Amino acid sequence: MTAATESSSLGAPESVTRRADETTAGAGRGDWRALATQPLLVAVGVLAFVLWRANATLTETEARQLGWTALWTGIREHLLLTVASAVIVLLIAVPLGIALTRRPLRRFSPLISGIANTGQAAPAIGLFVLLATWLGFGFGTTVVALVVYAALPVLRNTMVGIQGVDPRLVEAGRGMGMSAAAVLFRVELPLAVPVVLAGVRTALVLLVGTATLATFIDGGGLGVLINTGITLSLDSLLVSGAVLVALLALAVDWLGRVVEHVARPKGL
Amino acid sequence: MSETTTPATATPPDRRVSGVSIRLDGVTKRYPGQDRPAVDDVSLEIPAGETVMFVGPSGCGKTTLLKMLNRLIEPTSGRIHLGDEDVTDQDPDRLRRRIGYVIQAGGLFPHMTVGTNVALVPRMLGWDKRRTATRVDELLDLVGLDPAVYRDRYPRELSGGQQQRVGVARALAADPPVLLMDEPFGAVDPVTRLRLQDELLRIQEELGKTIVFVTHDFDEAVKLGDRIVVFDVGARVVQYDTPEAILANPAEEYVADFVGAGATLKQLTLTRVGDVELRQVTTAVVGTDSAQAVAAVRSAGHDFVVVLDERGRPISWPTLAELTRTTTVPAAVDERLPVVDLRSTLNDALDTMLAASQGGVVVTGRREALAGVLMVESVMAAIQRSRAEVAG
Ligand SMILES: Nc1ncnc2c1ncn2[C@@H]1O[C@H](COP(=O)(O)OP(=O)(O)O)[C@@H](O)[C@H]1O
Ligand SMILES: [Mg+2]
Repeated sequence: MTAATESSSLGAPESVTRRADETTAGAGRGDWRALATQPLLVAVGVLAFVLWRANATLTETEARQLGWTALWTGIREHLLLTVASAVIVLLIAVPLGIALTRRPLRRFSPLISGIANTGQAAPAIGLFVLLATWLGFGFGTTVVALVVYAALPVLRNTMVGIQGVDPRLVEAGRGMGMSAAAVLFRVELPLAVPVVLAGVRTALVLLVGTATLATFIDGGGLGVLINTGITLSLDSLLVSGAVLVALLALAVDWLGRVVEHVARPKGL
Repeated sequence: MSETTTPATATPPDRRVSGVSIRLDGVTKRYPGQDRPAVDDVSLEIPAGETVMFVGPSGCGKTTLLKMLNRLIEPTSGRIHLGDEDVTDQDPDRLRRRIGYVIQAGGLFPHMTVGTNVALVPRMLGWDKRRTATRVDELLDLVGLDPAVYRDRYPRELSGGQQQRVGVARALAADPPVLLMDEPFGAVDPVTRLRLQDELLRIQEELGKTIVFVTHDFDEAVKLGDRIVVFDVGARVVQYDTPEAILANPAEEYVADFVGAGATLKQLTLTRVGDVELRQVTTAVVGTDSAQAVAAVRSAGHDFVVVLDERGRPISWPTLAELTRTTTVPAAVDERLPVVDLRSTLNDALDTMLAASQGGVVVTGRREALAGVLMVESVMAAIQRSRAEVAG
């Protein structure tokens, strides 16, 4: 018996699993290393593109399309589309996901999941065109289409994250006199945060990619570059657009990972 | 409505009581879509300050009945009283803050520190920070965890047994008169379970709560319970009595079966280590001169010595030969030293001996100080005596 080493009065055989934190601290360092390589990759990519752009011999059309201001406009529009849709997705999908795990609405959750799944299985371009014929061309319609398309992962992960919380913890919370709302905000949501954020990151990456389709309904963004490259058979434009979108997606994904890392509740 | 089942004997008057009585009047629970009620018209009175154990086969309605006491499950019909108060229609959240609730594995919130977990109910009741903090430390102390060490840890950093202790501390935080426990020690290893049981006995001696404790382990019921309720399907109360009475006179064949055939051996569960004679042993404090200790052991005619740490807690029991080979009494802690508490049952002691392949166990009392050694012969003698009693 470890009576001498344990300050607990009868805690003898239990002293074994005490220090789990050293191992997690190690894992933490590993996570940070992975987090550090991704922005490096993006930086290298950006540098390579800038060097190429500064030194390549381009035709007049190419040079106009790949002018620094034109590029910057494209990137800004693309980011604006992404961020605006992401914010709206968060505002809609998270509360909806929460509501669908509450008792009165729980029975609708398979139905809504089904609809959302079908929605995402439909080709994105079809959704864009369909919405454009209904709502007209432009930024607003693009955002609506993006929101519809990217809501699913957030909605699904919010539901899955909350459903994944050990029901005994919910019961323990209610059993000690926490209200249903208190259990939701102090237990269920904090524990669901990692899963919800993973869904948000997926949605963000999806948004960056899908926003390239905005060009087809006059929504702007980097898709313009790609589309022009295709119609005019200018590979430099096409590849530049694709590379920039990929770099943007990587950067956004990295930001998402950082947020996930920071927002993850301690003790898990 | 059926007649209220009341316990047969009265509470011993010398006990401290801070709990209140619980009375169930014709309580029934019918789950939707089931033809038989899970709990069928149960009337029961649980005296203030006693530990009442619910036992019975799986699915007989123990958990359902327990959860109706704090209204995690709403009764279909019937009334529930806490003390003189009818709580059947009280706001359940407020009611539950007055009733401690302990579930298997503690049910600790993994994203909150031990301290935060324990502080939850006091904070809900609006206690200020300082009062809450003092209370948290007091409770961690009570369940045998050093507050300075454990307060800021996360549950993941604790062993199962330690988590369970924190679960008990959390349930006791706001000093509720009633404690409900649903198979709380079901998920820990046997050695830890034994310690947690001893600990609960000690806490209950100190506090005198009204405890309702569900278990499927009849030995646990005998060890911890002032009274035992034996249930059958539909939470039918088959017998409600003291452990001694149930073991001596099972009300129905069903109870006899449940209690098990070895009723003589069951007496082992009724007898506490503190009830039988312990062998006195020679002790030596860590770091003192071995030669002196050897001399003391020799003159006492013993062949081993129990080594105590600075606080008088036993840490090893080397033989005379082993001790002779050292110059000072060794400080090494024998991880396999079999130890039981004075409150442990003879059954626990026997289990511990067998697990350690030893012919005896070291017995500790208050603050883990040495109380003596229990030899297997004494346990055998106790068995012989009880066999003789049963036969005669
Ligand atoms: N939420 C529930 N819905 C429907 N039936 C339930 C529910 N909980 C328990 N039961 C049923 O009620 C009976 C009693 O269950 P329970 O109280 O958990 O028994 P015990 O704790 O004694 O094992 C069982 O037949 C079980 O299947
Ligand atoms: Mg049960």
